This record gives sequence, C-alpha cells and structure tokens, in this order.
Amino acid sequence: MAIDEFAPWEDPEAKPIIQFKNVTKRFGDFVAIDDLTVDIYEKEFFALLGPSGCGKTTMMRMLAGFETPTEGTILLSGKDIAPVPPNKRAVNMMFQSYALFPHLSIWDNIAFGLRRDNLPKNDVKDRVEEMLRLTRMEKFARRKPHQVSGGQRQRVALARSLAKAPKLLLLDEPLGALDKKLRQDTQFELMDIQEKTGTTFVIVTHDQEEAMTVASRIAVMDNGKIIQVSTPDAIYETPNSTYVADFIGEVNIIEGKATSVGEKLSMAWAEGQPEIVGTPTTEFEKGQSVHFAIRPEKVSISAEKPETANAVQGKILDIAYLGNISTYHVELPGGQIIKAQAANNRRLSRRSFTWEDNVWLGWTDTAGVLLGR
Amino acid sequence: MRRFALIAVPYLWLLALFLVPFVIVLKISLSDSALAIPPYLPTLDLKAGWSGITEFFSQLDFENFVWLTEDDLYWKAYLSSLKIALVSTVLTLAVGFPIAYGMARAPQHWRATLLLLVILPFWTSFLIRVYSWMGILSQEGYLNQFLMGIGLINEPLIILNTNVAVYIGIVYTYLPFMILPIYSALEKLDESLLEAAEDLGCSRMSAFWLVTVPLSKQGIIAGSFLVFIPTLGEFVIPSLLGGSKTLMIGKILWEEFFSNRDWPVASAVAVILLLILVIPIILFQRNEQKQREAEG
Repeated sequence: MAIDEFAPWEDPEAKPIIQFKNVTKRFGDFVAIDDLTVDIYEKEFFALLGPSGCGKTTMMRMLAGFETPTEGTILLSGKDIAPVPPNKRAVNMMFQSYALFPHLSIWDNIAFGLRRDNLPKNDVKDRVEEMLRLTRMEKFARRKPHQVSGGQRQRVALARSLAKAPKLLLLDEPLGALDKKLRQDTQFELMDIQEKTGTTFVIVTHDQEEAMTVASRIAVMDNGKIIQVSTPDAIYETPNSTYVADFIGEVNIIEGKATSVGEKLSMAWAEGQPEIVGTPTTEFEKGQSVHFAIRPEKVSISAEKPETANAVQGKILDIAYLGNISTYHVELPGGQIIKAQAANNRRLSRRSFTWEDNVWLGWTDTAGVLLGR
Repeated sequence: MRRFALIAVPYLWLLALFLVPFVIVLKISLSDSALAIPPYLPTLDLKAGWSGITEFFSQLDFENFVWLTEDDLYWKAYLSSLKIALVSTVLTLAVGFPIAYGMARAPQHWRATLLLLVILPFWTSFLIRVYSWMGILSQEGYLNQFLMGIGLINEPLIILNTNVAVYIGIVYTYLPFMILPIYSALEKLDESLLEAAEDLGCSRMSAFWLVTVPLSKQGIIAGSFLVFIPTLGEFVIPSLLGGSKTLMIGKILWEEFFSNRDWPVASAVAVILLLILVIPIILFQRNEQKQREAEG
C-alpha cells in the first residue's frame, strides 16, 4: 500500500472532524435517523448514498443546523454543535435547488455570506473574484441567476457556499438537475475543487455512480441506518450485505446452504446443480443459509466448459446490447437467471452467441462474495 | 379583422364610459355656473351653425381652476387627502404584511380557507360594513362598552367623527387589497432561500430584511398603490366616520356638487384630482410591467 494514500479512517491517531454519536432523529412517530454512529475525517469527500426517505437528507440538515437530533450528539471538531444556530456554524450548504437569491446578481450572491461577516470591502471583492475564477464564472458576474444556464447556476451555488471557506461543505444532490453529460464533467470539477480547497465535503446523493466517482468513502443508508461505510471499491467488491450489493451496480444473488466450510466454502443451491465454491471473508457454520453475490462482469461466458472453479450450463434468454458491452441473461435449468457481461471487442455481426444458444458460465472461487444476509 | 374586433370592444367601452364622460366633465369645469338646467353656461347650440360653435368655445375659460388656487380650502383638502391616503397606506401595510406572511407560511391545506376569509367581507355591502363601524366606535358603542366593562377606561373614548375613525375605516376596508398581492408574492418565495441566507450567516431577522422583503417588493408596491389610489378620492368613509374637521377632497367634491350645486367648480376639483392620480397610476402600471418582465 502506498504511504501517501489518503485513508485517515484507518489511522487510529486521526481525529475526525465530524462525529455522530448514537444520533436518533424522530419526526412524530417516524424515525428518520436510527441510533447512528459515524466518523468523518478532515479533507474527506464523504458520500451519503441511499434511496429517498433513507434519512440522508436529515443527516445533512442536522449538520447544517436546520434540524436538531432527538437523541445523541453531533460533534464538529470535538464540540457539540446542537446549541449552535445555522448562522453561527462553520458549515455551509449547497442546496439541491441551489437557492440562489433571484434579486441579486451572481457577484452579490457570492458576496452575500462574506458581507454578513462585516469583512472590509476589498477583502470581499478579492474573495468573490477568487471564487469566480475557481468556478470559471468571471464573465457572468453581473448577471442575475435566471440569466445563466443550469450548469452555471450550479457553479454559482458552489462558489457561494465555498466563499466563506467553511470547515465543512454540505452538498445536497448537487448535480441532480444537470443532464448526464454535464453531470459527469461536473463530478470531476467538484473533485478538483475539493482537492484545491482542501475542504471536507459531505455529499448527499441517490446516484450510486456519482457517489462512486467523487467520494473517498461512501455510507450506504437504508431506513435511517448506515448499512456499510467504506471506500467505493470496497463497497463494490466486498459489500457486507445483499442490500449494499444490490444497491450498488448490478449483481447476481444466489441463495443456498453451506455444505462445507473452511478456507473455501461450498454452497448447495439447486437440485442437480454443481455446488458453488467461494472464498468466505466472515465465519459461516455448516448448514447456514448463505447468499452468494457476483457481479455480471466477473462471470465469463463461453461455448466450451471453462476451466474455472465454478461452471454451469444454461440457455441465453435475452441480450442487452449497451454498445461497449453486452449483458447476457442466461437461464439455468432450475429457472435461476444469471447475468453475465462481456466486452464487445468484435463487431455486432460477428457476435459469437445469440438467443436460445446453450452456453457455459464460469467464475473463479474468489470472484464473488458470500454474505450472511 | 377578428383581432381588430377583439381589441375594438374594450376600447369602445373605455371610449364611451371613460373618455366621453371625462371630456364632458372637463367641459363643465371650463364653464360658468348658472341658475338653469343644466346649471352651467354655455351650452352648445348647433342650430346656430359655425358661429354657435365659436361662440361656445370663446365662453370657456379657466376661471374655476384659478378659483381653486385662491380659496385655501381646496389645496388644504388636497394636501389633507394626500396625507390621509399616505398614512392609511402605511398603516394598511403594517397590518396587512404580517397577515399575508402568516397566510403564506400556513400549512398548504389551510391556505384556501384563509384566502376565503380575507375575501369574505366583500360578500356584504360596503356601506353596511361602514355603518357597523359607527355602531362599534360611537360613544355608547361596543368598543367603549367593552373597554369600560373591563375597567381599562372610565370615560368613553371619542373615536367616531375623528380622523382616527377614518383611518380605522380605511384600513379595514382596503386591507384585502394589500393582503392579496403581498400574499401572492410571499407564497412563491422558496423556503430554501431563507435557509440559504441563514446558512450564510444571517440571523432570522436579517434574512427577513435581506431576502423576504426584497422578494415581496413587487407585491408590497402593488398593494400600496391599490390602497393609495382609491383612498385619495375616498368619500363614503370620511363622510360617515369622519367629523367636520376631516378634510378630504372626495367630501369637498360631493359638497360642491350636491350642496352648493356648483357643477363647474366641482368638475374642476375632479379634474385636478384625476391629474394627481395619474402619477401613482403610471407608477403602478410600471411596477406591474416590471413584474411581468421579471417573471416572463
């Protein structure tokens, strides 16, 4: 492992900038956040990922100060922030709707927060111009928000929230209103700006691709709980539950029972089918029910029986052509459907397989993950 | 052709019911009063031909307008009307804004009811409502009975037939005209703008002045003109609730016309009132235009 890799969460000495300690938030009977504990470190780009209603926005609003926890404490740099009102927090937020002031020019929007601090005029001017440069909006400074495009408004909102150099920047679905192409460009821009300013970013999103691209760590949430917190690759490669595996990217999940445990685990999953062999990362008992999760791109598809540890035969039910890759839906004799992906490194007309073909699927004994739940 | 017809109908309407009466009033204001029917001279005698027309025009003069400047009653009445209209507008704004704000902040399912409550008074005759204020404000009225009942005062307050009663009447009557445009501006206000202002370091109070007020400016301006313009020429409220000292141009106009039967002077008063009103009306139109542009 490289020494300069950014991973403060692995360093026991590192002090987190934000600590959620057993935080619960209730709205009437509804539990939005359920006994949640998590640490976020300085200079992190931390993503809260989950379906709508999972509590991610509530978490962000508690950080901004618009909601207070029902139970538990939130510490910012070691201090409880519950009694601090939003206008006194070194935390700024970029709103999903951008919330730009329509009656003020872009310049005045960015200067808004600085003026509240009663900074000298020249300092305000310098800082605003720095922010305009950072977001490449110099040319539009005199326009009103409704006179620029959606992507430009997004950048103004970012510039405004960064202007006060907050310790922590909160981004609520920052790219939700942009079209796909612009969103991808902006993701890299966001990472770039985060790196340049060294600010801690917490982003709320329901777009797993966006979270994977920008974040140093992702917290996958469901029903007010964090299911898993880890780096994007760890979330993708070693999800800790079928929920996380299913939420991030595409996955095949096969249910079965462990028949032999140890260094390798064998799992019986259907009558008359060879047992699936995998490498467990957690303890399993013999006879325990196991979920085997494997990504489609880790399943190979071939006409001949492959040499891999696992090999099953099936019939092609469907082919989804995505340009660079194709996803094959293969039905096994028991009715189970497995998705396999293959790169289209040949022209479409010379594709090896077509509908109704009998094919072999194969994967190694380390390709998938074995999950208890 | 069809488009022309569509435009022609409202214009003909305005021509017949606004411009023609105005020209008649203007003509009367340039005439001399007389003991006759109609009570002014000259009248146009078309039978006399061209000489009749020139005779007619040669008799018109600005005598009545000169008269308005000579008797200080008139310009005092104009000034007093302006003052009462201005103060009433400010008072109505002070009362109306919080109501509109509360309505815009109320839960969605309450808003239609609240809106209805604001409009509800229009379902009863304006005159009846002003008369009931006389019952409330008079010396033996409900207000004095109540205040003396709870022991707050020993002597009844004299409110009716004073300017205070006029202000109460005007604020009460024109309140919906202030509330509705402000409400419609505040209702469109995005809540997250206020959160953004707070997030950027504003207190609740400064967020109100820096965000809420500027963004409801158009509604405030519209509401203020909708109150100011009709109040300036208001006649019913000062004559029913005001006293002999309440000087308003609407009342003077009525007295010139019906008590003194001096139609030419009354007409001159009306023409000047209209000229005074043209300024705020133009400003009001410009505000509306700006708002449309901002939204368009």
